[in-house]
Amino acid sequence: MEALDRNQAIEDSLLRPVFQTSRKLWVVVAMLLAVIAYGGFQWAHQLKEGLIVAGMNQPVYWGLYLTNYVFFIGISHAGTLISAILRLTDAEWRRPITRAAEAITVFALLMGTSNVLWHLGRPELIYIPMLHPQPLSPLIWDVACISVYLMGSITYLYLPLIPDLALLRDRSPRLRWLYRWLSLGWQGTPKQHKLLDRAIGFMAVAIIPIAVSVHTVVSWVFAMTLVPMWHSAIFGPYFVVGAIFSGIAALLIAMAILRKAFHLEPFFRPIHFNNLGLLMLTMACLWLYFTFAEHMTVWYGNEPDEVAVLTSRLSGAFSTPFWTMITCCFVIPLCILSFKRTRTIIGTVIASCAVLIGMWLERFIIVISSASYPRSEFMHDGGLYSPALVEIALTAAQFACFALLYIVFAKLFPLVSIWEVKEGDQTELEAELTGTVEARL
Amino acid sequence: MPTWGMAIDLDRCNGCEACVVACRTENNVAPAGPEQAALGRTVEWMRVERHVKGEFPNVRTRFVPVLCVHCDDAPCVSVCPVSATYENPEGLNAQIHPRCIGTRACAQACPYTVRYFNWGTPKWDAPLEQTINPDVAVRWKGIMEKCTFCVQRIRRAKDNAREDDRPIADGDVQPACAQACSAEAIVFGDLDDPESAVSKLSESARAERPLEELGTGPRVFYLKEGDWRGSVGPQSSD
Repeated sequence: MEALDRNQAIEDSLLRPVFQTSRKLWVVVAMLLAVIAYGGFQWAHQLKEGLIVAGMNQPVYWGLYLTNYVFFIGISHAGTLISAILRLTDAEWRRPITRAAEAITVFALLMGTSNVLWHLGRPELIYIPMLHPQPLSPLIWDVACISVYLMGSITYLYLPLIPDLALLRDRSPRLRWLYRWLSLGWQGTPKQHKLLDRAIGFMAVAIIPIAVSVHTVVSWVFAMTLVPMWHSAIFGPYFVVGAIFSGIAALLIAMAILRKAFHLEPFFRPIHFNNLGLLMLTMACLWLYFTFAEHMTVWYGNEPDEVAVLTSRLSGAFSTPFWTMITCCFVIPLCILSFKRTRTIIGTVIASCAVLIGMWLERFIIVISSASYPRSEFMHDGGLYSPALVEIALTAAQFACFALLYIVFAKLFPLVSIWEVKEGDQTELEAELTGTVEARL
Repeated sequence: MPTWGMAIDLDRCNGCEACVVACRTENNVAPAGPEQAALGRTVEWMRVERHVKGEFPNVRTRFVPVLCVHCDDAPCVSVCPVSATYENPEGLNAQIHPRCIGTRACAQACPYTVRYFNWGTPKWDAPLEQTINPDVAVRWKGIMEKCTFCVQRIRRAKDNAREDDRPIADGDVQPACAQACSAEAIVFGDLDDPESAVSKLSESARAERPLEELGTGPRVFYLKEGDWRGSVGPQSSD
């Protein structure tokens, strides 16, 4: 009886955000739509005039669009990788946070790849790489890996959603046709549960190498060239580490916002922030190690063209972003996350904001500083890159669109996996019970 | 089949930039205008870099005409996702304009920074539009372009040779830059023909290939006495 009541309470509190919408949310949606519309307007202008309205030039052919591309694809590692690893290691505390994480993956991936649309000189020909690929190009590797990853992460988001879709089919006052169609006739029989478990288990294993491959090939777009400080063997793992690092930060911020906005306090508990905070601290140390190794070898090797880029980062044109990056990605998270007293919800959110800013700057520095200093013998006087209005507007629009997609998702589906939380609750109860029985014996 | 190559004698070059103007006219390279040029959007298939060495009064300036070096193993070719750039059997690095989708990966991969992007629609203010060369396609916004070694002139020379029923002779092909060079610093021809002027110059002890250490196998040779690589001073004037 008690268990039934608890189940009912879990269902009610998790379905409430889907069924009820506050007025505040509409205001937020309107603001996000305004930002997106302005981005769209600027993009239309760019389509008409060409990339001349953006800030790129020779030799900085790649600018903010590519920075955002790398950044968002990095964020997309939040979900899938974290939830897959936690599922495989059977970490019980993962249950309420996996779906929020997996949703980040899908939406960040959509935002990341959308940058190709405004980055290309001729976006109307975006389908050509799929029809006539030149397989030696790292860009084609990107196309291949990212499309597999996108399909994989959508599947991985969808599978654990099925039992909740069936619940919505039975309880939702609206859109029942959609839920009926999506829930694939789920009845919750033991056979169906077994099949679902097997499918989720398979996807959790499969998605990890795919996720690793994605950020590796994204880094190879740079590392396969001979450009100073791009042509680096550690770029693959360096990018993967940065991706997971920024992904955790994005997840923590999303959880903190959702918790307040949709009253999910009983599900996103301090222990989640504490555990993810520790994971982020580990990644911060790993990130610093990679950054140090990357810059140390260049400095010691002292090859003039490489050193030109390095100097621009340490003390030249890129020194402000560089040292801000070091502070945001390492110093701030280290100071906050090292101590249990500061590893609170507020603390981890502050650290996460710093990490996101720092990781965006890292992508910016990697793309722009190397591009700004081509091999000096033939350097053309291009001047340094500064982003134009259209690039900033489109960047803002992407962040807004990301938030909007998340809100739409929250209005259609529960953000916490109801059946998994119930299952966890059940296991906990049983464990308590066996505990008492054992104690009596 | 010839392998086209070029030798540029830096000791002869006086930095007059006639080659730049000739190239622009021959190949329909649109002027960017002062504002866009200041932003680094100039398209110059041929540009002249200035390398200044020493301090006043012992200053020495080298002028280095820079163009696509038509690599044997070109970094730009492998990174293009749609094969818009490729190496033709005669050693030219060719850009197929209609196929280009504008990823700019080639430009970013090129160690010589000699690939140019059409940031906007190229335009010629009147009466300059009357100078457009009908032998060369006018490009459009959103695609890459670069030096072609005046492929239209190579074709014409081949056609002429075929009409006269003779093999193509050394000196038959003159790219616009070589033709315009008053100092006769630029020599073009077949690198596979050991008797050609460019072949002989490329064998000279004064000859050096730019950034040869990268393994790109450039087909442009620079000739000079001593080291021309000084501290990089003010760059080419736009």
